[in-house]
Amino acid sequence: MSADLADEAVPFLPRGVRLKEDPARGWLLLGPERALTLDGVAAAVLQEVDGARSFTEITEILAEKYAAPRDQIAKDARGFLVGLMERRLLETKP
Amino acid sequence: MTTPIPRPSAMLAELTHRCPLSCPYCSNPLELTKREEELTTEQWADVFQQAAALGVLHVHLSGGEPAARRDLDELTSHAVKAELYTNLITSGVGLTKAKLEDLAARGLDHVQLSIQGPNAEIADKVGGYKGGYNKKMQVAEWIAEEGLPLTVNAVMHRGNLDRLEEAIELAMRLGARRLEVATVQFHGWAVKNRGALMPTREQVERATATVASARERLKGELVIDYVPADYYARFPKPCMGGWGRIGLAITPSGKVMPCHAADSIPHLKFDNVKDRTLADIWAFGDAFTAYRGTEWMAEPCRSCDRREVDFGGCRCQAMAIIGDASATDPACEKSPHHGEMLKLAEDFVAQDDDFTYRPNA
Repeated sequence: MSADLADEAVPFLPRGVRLKEDPARGWLLLGPERALTLDGVAAAVLQEVDGARSFTEITEILAEKYAAPRDQIAKDARGFLVGLMERRLLETKP
Repeated sequence: MTTPIPRPSAMLAELTHRCPLSCPYCSNPLELTKREEELTTEQWADVFQQAAALGVLHVHLSGGEPAARRDLDELTSHAVKAELYTNLITSGVGLTKAKLEDLAARGLDHVQLSIQGPNAEIADKVGGYKGGYNKKMQVAEWIAEEGLPLTVNAVMHRGNLDRLEEAIELAMRLGARRLEVATVQFHGWAVKNRGALMPTREQVERATATVASARERLKGELVIDYVPADYYARFPKPCMGGWGRIGLAITPSGKVMPCHAADSIPHLKFDNVKDRTLADIWAFGDAFTAYRGTEWMAEPCRSCDRREVDFGGCRCQAMAIIGDASATDPACEKSPHHGEMLKLAEDFVAQDDDFTYRPNA
């Protein structure tokens, strides 16, 4: 089964997964036996994931904040978030 | 050229060696630490603070059975207060629903539950503890009710490797997000039980295929981490992700080691958190500098293009098989001792030993 992320789905970090800003390593995503180092884009995406905003809303916020085309942001963000879902580091509410 | 000092990210905190189970592959040393030698609550609290300051992200509260410590609740709070990602590695035995709820409320991040086999008959025989399996099933239910993320840890060996599919099904049934399929590593008590535990090459090959297909089938549902049997491998495992590079282990009495089996290397001198700061031990302690980086390597590692991929493999295995901890891990096909290791594996497979259980301490 491969994961999918619909525009209206609300992504959230499940219990046991959290963002952490580390003085030497920058933004990290911590989960069971996992510490992913996040690049600027990944960190920006996850900082908008609050369990209330839909995927569309998140990409609109990012498009405005970074003055970038929403389609491009949606493509990158979806790829990143689906990758996290496949590793059980992200879940969605419909 | 000197090796820059890296920052550790994971710390194994062996809170105690006491355990109600007697698994014949227990990674604890043959010489178990007594209760009265264990670090106090305050000493552990200080270690957690020092570890966080050093850069440690994950702390694994382990043992023995960590629930054998009456202050597990306080220790959990101290780890959480140090802002460490706090993982409880438990057999489940000794936990109650109320204890688990309390630990969750204190901020425990994750539970790793060991399963000694996919049914009561096998699991209780391996663990040497009647009723253990049913207790674990109960604990897994409580973990799910509490909403805590769960990893199932399944140590696999000749006696249960053919039941890997069942272990995967069990992890799914228990609602685990993650499954560790750990083929037994021959350190600690497992060395005494090689004749009973050594898997066959065919078993290992089937297991590798089973894991690959389950990973694909269960993508997004169950994450499977797999520690294969290196006896039949071409290359060694990158043990600990490199010596003194990302991880450290603290024994119940405060001895600081580059990995939990490192005291099987007799000439290494280990510092204790009671005598020296963790940062100092990590950076400059004899045991940590002994095999950090690549400077210590001899051939064939020294000029090998994989030297920073697998870091020469496992020092303890080189010690155990060749008697030289600075040699290339004999699991590597480039090691001149690779053939001996294969022969050993075949010899152990041919044996039909009973388990030698570890005592409860």
